[in-house]
Amino acid sequence: MTDRPRIAVVVFPGSNDDRDAALALDRLGADAPLVWHTDDALPGGTAAVVLPGGFSYGDYLRCGAIARFSPIMRDVAAFAADGGLVLGICNGFQILTEAGLLPGALRPNASLSFVCRDVPLVVENAETRFTARCRDGQPLTVPVKHGDGCWFADADLLGELEGNGQIVLRYAEGENPNGSIGDVAGVMNADRNVFGLMPHPEHAVDPLPGSTDGALLLGSLVDAARLSAAALV
Amino acid sequence: MRATVLVRPKPGILDPQGQAVESSLRHLGFEVADARVGRLVDVELETDDRDEARTQLERMCEQLLTNPLIESYEIDLGGGA
Repeated sequence: MTDRPRIAVVVFPGSNDDRDAALALDRLGADAPLVWHTDDALPGGTAAVVLPGGFSYGDYLRCGAIARFSPIMRDVAAFAADGGLVLGICNGFQILTEAGLLPGALRPNASLSFVCRDVPLVVENAETRFTARCRDGQPLTVPVKHGDGCWFADADLLGELEGNGQIVLRYAEGENPNGSIGDVAGVMNADRNVFGLMPHPEHAVDPLPGSTDGALLLGSLVDAARLSAAALV
Repeated sequence: MRATVLVRPKPGILDPQGQAVESSLRHLGFEVADARVGRLVDVELETDDRDEARTQLERMCEQLLTNPLIESYEIDLGGGA
């Protein structure tokens, strides 16, 4: 059973990368059921959770501010508190920061323009369960598509996160698409089991549209989910 | 009773909307040094008790209406809070 670990993909009203995420995870060897946001509980045997990109509840007020109160989010928070692996992509990242599961906040892009393009990234920390298939300093190319991707933390918080190795991905020098502090593209919690990023690894798993570097990130998650599923048995 | 909550980006937080407004105002010939864009939320509360209203509004601000990391708020209960 655990050779295909179960990675639940939560679907919010407005999610539009849920199926791409599930398809990518399926191709990388996971069983990736879609879970509706009004469900009270994650499916039995869930080894990891993905909050996908897109939108949620119109993103009124602030991106992710309302989705964090979805019924399923109570179980996602409990799952994370138990050490469960949670990955938030784009809107999923915004939801995790609003829910207090990840540090910092996401603000409108400095340019006020929606950006949609491949972006060069650098792996800052490869010793995580989300980047284990990468090496420190490895350049990756993964697309972004967002209007509110300007991650913010004050200087004290940023320093603390850098010291803890919680800054996992940065945009390559001169390539920051949104004005985020410290060129941060992806950040992890202190317990190292929750990770959020603005780029979309699920759109970079097939050579046809371009890069396959996203498979390194999602593949790392599948590997880690397989280990944690084995530990559950 | 009716109350108004003003939400502002905290000082030091990049406010591209405010920058765009500031630059447009300058183009129109207004001598503007700075502009910041926030949000206004009018709330009609069931209670008429001002203390109770303020307590509830503070909880609303902390749980939903603001993100304390990047935004500050001001509660206006009308009639001089």
